Amino acid sequence: MGKTIMTVDDSASIRQMVSFTLKGAGYTVVEAVDGKDALAKLDKTQVHMVITDLNMPNLDGIGLIRAVRAKPAFKFIPIVMLTTESQDTRKQEGKSAGATGWIVKPFKPEQLLAVIKKVLG
Amino acid sequence: MSSGNEGFDKGREIFTEEANELLAELETSLLELEETPTDTELIGRVFRAMHTIKGSGAMFGFDDIAHFTHEVETAFDMVRTGKMLVTKELMDLTLRARDQIRAMLDGTSVDEAISNEIITALRALMVINVLSDEQEGQQEQPGGQEAVARVEHTATDNESVTYRIRFRPHKELFLTGSNPLLMFAELRELGNCVVIAQTDAIPPLSELDPESCHTSWDVVLTTTADQNTIKDVFIFVQDICDLTIEVIEADSDMLEQERHLKLGEILLSRGDVSLSELQQVLGTQRRVGEILVDSGIVGEDQVQSALVEQQHIKEVRQQRAKQESMASIRVPSDKLDGLVDLVGELVTVQARLTQTSATFGDAVLSIIAEEVERITWELRDRTMGIRMMPIGGTFSKFKRLVRDLSAELGKDIVMTTDGAETELDKTVIEKLNDPLVHVIRNSIDHGIESPEARLKAGKPKHGTVHLTAGHSGANVVIQIKDDGAGLDTEAILNKAIKSGIITPETELSEKDIFSLIFEPGFSTAKNITSVSGRGVGMDVVKKNIIALRGTVDIKSKKGVGTTISLKLPLTLAIIDGLLVKISDDFYVIPLSVVHECVELTRNDVENSHGRHISYVRGAIVPYIRLREYFAINTPVPEVEQIVITEVEEQRVGFVVDYVIGEHQTVIKTLGRLYKTIEGVSGATILGDGTVALIVDAPKLVSAVRLEGIEAVS
Repeated sequence: MGKTIMTVDDSASIRQMVSFTLKGAGYTVVEAVDGKDALAKLDKTQVHMVITDLNMPNLDGIGLIRAVRAKPAFKFIPIVMLTTESQDTRKQEGKSAGATGWIVKPFKPEQLLAVIKKVLG
Repeated sequence: MSSGNEGFDKGREIFTEEANELLAELETSLLELEETPTDTELIGRVFRAMHTIKGSGAMFGFDDIAHFTHEVETAFDMVRTGKMLVTKELMDLTLRARDQIRAMLDGTSVDEAISNEIITALRALMVINVLSDEQEGQQEQPGGQEAVARVEHTATDNESVTYRIRFRPHKELFLTGSNPLLMFAELRELGNCVVIAQTDAIPPLSELDPESCHTSWDVVLTTTADQNTIKDVFIFVQDICDLTIEVIEADSDMLEQERHLKLGEILLSRGDVSLSELQQVLGTQRRVGEILVDSGIVGEDQVQSALVEQQHIKEVRQQRAKQESMASIRVPSDKLDGLVDLVGELVTVQARLTQTSATFGDAVLSIIAEEVERITWELRDRTMGIRMMPIGGTFSKFKRLVRDLSAELGKDIVMTTDGAETELDKTVIEKLNDPLVHVIRNSIDHGIESPEARLKAGKPKHGTVHLTAGHSGANVVIQIKDDGAGLDTEAILNKAIKSGIITPETELSEKDIFSLIFEPGFSTAKNITSVSGRGVGMDVVKKNIIALRGTVDIKSKKGVGTTISLKLPLTLAIIDGLLVKISDDFYVIPLSVVHECVELTRNDVENSHGRHISYVRGAIVPYIRLREYFAINTPVPEVEQIVITEVEEQRVGFVVDYVIGEHQTVIKTLGRLYKTIEGVSGATILGDGTVALIVDAPKLVSAVRLEGIEAVS
């Protein structure tokens, strides 16, 4: 594998959970605390996929997705957003911003890995 | 899953900490908000805090918190979207809610009544403030109905159904980072699946936008999974594609219609053509597909797709019929061996017939000879095919071995396999078992580290042994790959010096060092365990594989892992060979090692000043004169031929007088008297009855090296 996945979430516990699950499955993980942080780190590291929360300070998930898609190098990478069942409009927004897929919180580690397999291979 | 729990517990810990911080922040934000009730930044902050507590809480099992916070979050979502104003009442309720969450977090006894009171009050607030709330209620209804419908749909039982899936992505598919290939891979996991690309919508190159998706796909899938499972594969792209899934064949249909659908019928049911159009064109006698394409009613791609579908259904039905009738017949293997022997004889006689007919020059005879040749070759392949068995059976045996051994050694090891369907001669498979056991044991015992060491090295806790088999030309390559510590070149060197295999002065390449582990009496394990380490492993492996006319190759990177590749011939009885001639004698060099043939002139020999070296396109290739090796003392022709082979990843030439050509070689073992001859692995009988020796290239090269003729400069 050896692929790098970036997890963007302002919640340390979610980051921890995502990160732990991914590392256990052999992925390399880059953590970012919000959209702004994510964009700064994207420029410095080779990232194959982004998992992002939608509600974050500074730059939210939708903004992040738009900004990532605007970068030529990341135009086609898979971006998965973390949503909650109550956020149907946000999900639509995310989709039109260019998100590849979504995971509904709360989720189990296996569900996370299944979605990654679906979009990253 | 123990690793999951570990992460979970840690997550809970972090969550508690984080939630406490958020609650503190929430308090300040709320108090500030009371001063400036329209500050969107502050409202956003409150909403996010609630949102995070809810989301993370649910994730780590704080369901009560998640549930409770959801209500507050909903209220603030409304504030955020301008549907509700920040009021004194809302602030009071939220602050009380904050304290309630805090209590829940601390695990102290929580008064449910207060929670309910807060929730009721919040709901009352929302109802007053919002008129458009009805929408939400309406939205939920269809969702519920859909769920019910789904349940009904999944009620179909375990029979396999063939679906036709038409996937027409919109142009912007790629802009969401979606990859259709992954979706097809997912479909393939569901069952037997054929994917046909429809490319007729692709514009000419000059107008092509490479970032748009112009292709659409038809998929025919036979699976036991239900329609919703298939839909789920496309769930992320459902808005940016047109997707239709239809059932085209189910088990139960079999009884009613014992026939295959005609092409026209399939196109008709797909709606690609109407009945009248079909009848109109059916007047002529040409193939339906051609006619339809010519008349421009359907594209060539569509016809192609329908044809594939027809074929697929045919196969599915055949398979089913096969399963119903007897699947196999058991035959004693000596009967098979007898058959193989006879086919071998037949191949020999056929070669003679071909040769004879060539000398007669009779057209009729040579037609017959060619016919016999074709049939003989097919017969040979089929007979060999009967002896072929998938290697999967052996693979699954190793799963147990890995499981037991890793438990015994306290290691966490997963074995994955690939290419279990690869077929090999039964004899080869049987003889392969022991060497493979040795190699896998070695990987588990020496290769993969203990879970602690692995974690320390930053690797996943569980080690992986990956077993693959696949075809590579006339060979089958079996690889045993582990992600363990890799070979320690220094330890190997020290050990080899200690056991006297090499002297300290010997300078060796990494590859040479690796190959030391195949020397007899070699073992680097620090302790002798019951699993491996008695020094009787790898040398036996190499011997066994060489006896099967195979080769062993080892690649390793310290800290990353080791890969051992075993290359084996498909079958032991018949090989493709290159027939060559020296003086009046014939020899066969196995075609699998032959790279090319070049000429060797007297001039070349003189220019190399007595060294056995030739220059092939700038590269130096050492050669061996078979004439010298087999002590043939007749005059040397003016121009000789070098057959360049690859032996143990090194190019070595064999000098012969003439290269005659490819030859189907039935291997006859040499009698006991000749067993000890180095460099000859057997003999074969040629069409005219003469005997040709089969050159064992690797052995011959090493024999020459030992004799000190040192071909390598």
